[in-house]
Amino acid sequence: MDAVHESAPLDDAAVRRIRNDFPVLSQQMAGRDLIYLDSGATSQNPISVMEAEQEFYEQRNAAVHRGAHSLAAEATDAFEDARTTVAGFVGAGEDELFWTSNATAGLNLLAYSFSNASVGTVSAEAARFALGPGDEVVVTEMEHHANLIPWQELCRRTGATLKFIPVDDDGALRLEEAAVLIGPRTKVLAFTHASNVLGIINPVAVLVALAREVGALVVLDACQSAPHLPLDVKALDVDFAVFSGHKMLAPTGIGAVYGRAELLNAMPPFLTGGSMITTVTMEAAEYLPSPARFEAGTQPVSQAVALASAVDYLRETGMDRVHAWESTLGQRLVAGLSAIDGIRVLGPKPGVERTGLAAFHVEGVHAHDVGQYLDAQGIAVRVGHHCAQPLHRRLGLTASTRASTYLYNTTDEVDALLEAVAEIRPYFRVGTGKEQ
Amino acid sequence: MQPNSAMDAMYQEIILDHAKLRSGSDLSAEEAAETSYDAGCGQVHQLNPVCGDEITLRLSVDGNTVESIHWLGDGCSISMASASILAQEAKGMTVEELRTLIGQFREVMRSRGSMVADEEVLGDAAALGGVSKFPARVKCAMLAWVAAEGALAQASTP
Ligand SMILES: Cc1ncc(COP(=O)(O)O)c(C=O)c1O
Repeated sequence: MDAVHESAPLDDAAVRRIRNDFPVLSQQMAGRDLIYLDSGATSQNPISVMEAEQEFYEQRNAAVHRGAHSLAAEATDAFEDARTTVAGFVGAGEDELFWTSNATAGLNLLAYSFSNASVGTVSAEAARFALGPGDEVVVTEMEHHANLIPWQELCRRTGATLKFIPVDDDGALRLEEAAVLIGPRTKVLAFTHASNVLGIINPVAVLVALAREVGALVVLDACQSAPHLPLDVKALDVDFAVFSGHKMLAPTGIGAVYGRAELLNAMPPFLTGGSMITTVTMEAAEYLPSPARFEAGTQPVSQAVALASAVDYLRETGMDRVHAWESTLGQRLVAGLSAIDGIRVLGPKPGVERTGLAAFHVEGVHAHDVGQYLDAQGIAVRVGHHCAQPLHRRLGLTASTRASTYLYNTTDEVDALLEAVAEIRPYFRVGTGKEQ
Repeated sequence: MQPNSAMDAMYQEIILDHAKLRSGSDLSAEEAAETSYDAGCGQVHQLNPVCGDEITLRLSVDGNTVESIHWLGDGCSISMASASILAQEAKGMTVEELRTLIGQFREVMRSRGSMVADEEVLGDAAALGGVSKFPARVKCAMLAWVAAEGALAQASTP
């Protein structure tokens, strides 16, 4: 890989070399080079990641943690090495990270584990996760449905109440309201690190401090941060963090949950069965400590190996460099989009910190038509509510168009998008001068 | 812009005109919220959860004739144009004629571009033929028609 051990900031030349590692990007779409600006939804895999998965199947595939034979030992080593790599990438200890199929599964798992602590007889140590009437779960108005509905359901099951921190017109959390909302009744505070629509990076330290004051558990949705910026869960001091592999250069089917070791060993499991127990009788079972405690059944082994390979790729490129490059692209996007007549960019204004994505509304043209027009130019973007209906409603929209970049996108691609977006209102005959 | 004939065939002049005209879109929010209607009236709400396109369509028949279609909706140009065209085309048809038209329209939409939309048969709705090449947009074009089919069934059952 060309980007290895370079330390200069990424630029278009370096990114062009990076692109050579991503075969899917070198194809034609609509008669021109594909411009993939939908990495916020799912990212592309470099060759090294696909090879790591293939190599695992060619040389080491066997049941992990379940066999005495040598191949099983090799598979187990590969699986556990993957855990060490991915845990290290986010600053977690290796017993503090377990696999799930994706972030949605991870968030649901946490909500169901809290649920399990709330019913029947539970140990004294599990009782700290219990919720009931009078307790509150606090989320934000900008959450992805995956970090909203599991908490709605948890509240419905336990009788707890869901509250949310509202956003202002630019999408920023209203922290003065957060300080009022987060109180002695708050048992869980769940929020996204970086918004998948607004590109906002939330002030984790401020929110964690509010939660700590009242002893609430903090769950961080790191789906849009783990892939794009240096992440250290210990430095952020969150209790749990959740992310998906497919958004960070890995295949689908793998995600991870970080939890502080002390919490994971006290929390009731959600899925139970094989591989997560010590002693089983016909009446009851005793559970292994974390992480095995949360990994019942056969795990996504090759996907974990591939995710570790993706993490190696990101680490070799350098997360500081990735973050800096995407900030450059994000600013170019907002500045360019804001300068086009009839385009409203959601989230922070140009010049204000944002990740490498921008969602926007084209006045007079439905997002679906915007996406269609761009697709005809070979530009892949996401249209719709991006699994954030409440946020869109708050901003007075039902849908928007989102362009999201990653380490393999060039400034030329951003400029091509801007050029195409400028053509959209004239094409649909809305806007100044051309209206009929 | 690079010319793109498939897209241009979908976004024909007449489609973009109808998307703005929204013929028949005079159902009020109050009417859309009503749950009981006069005899000879049917009303159906359709939502495409993928993109949020939404329509509430009310259809009334007088004897065997489609008297009117009124709707309230929001969505992309294809879904809005399609509702507008339907409202214009359906008016004055017999119940049977509209039912047949809906069937023929659906067949063209599902053809993935293999059927030619015949203006003799479909009237202005033939202009939506280009949509059938874009499977992701067929739902948009069908939204009002599916609503009309349901409303017609309600309105014509005594
Ligand atoms: C902020 C955020 N949270 C959660 C998710 C859900 O991720 P997944 O669909 O991989 O479970 C996404 C992805 O769309 C996201 O962007």
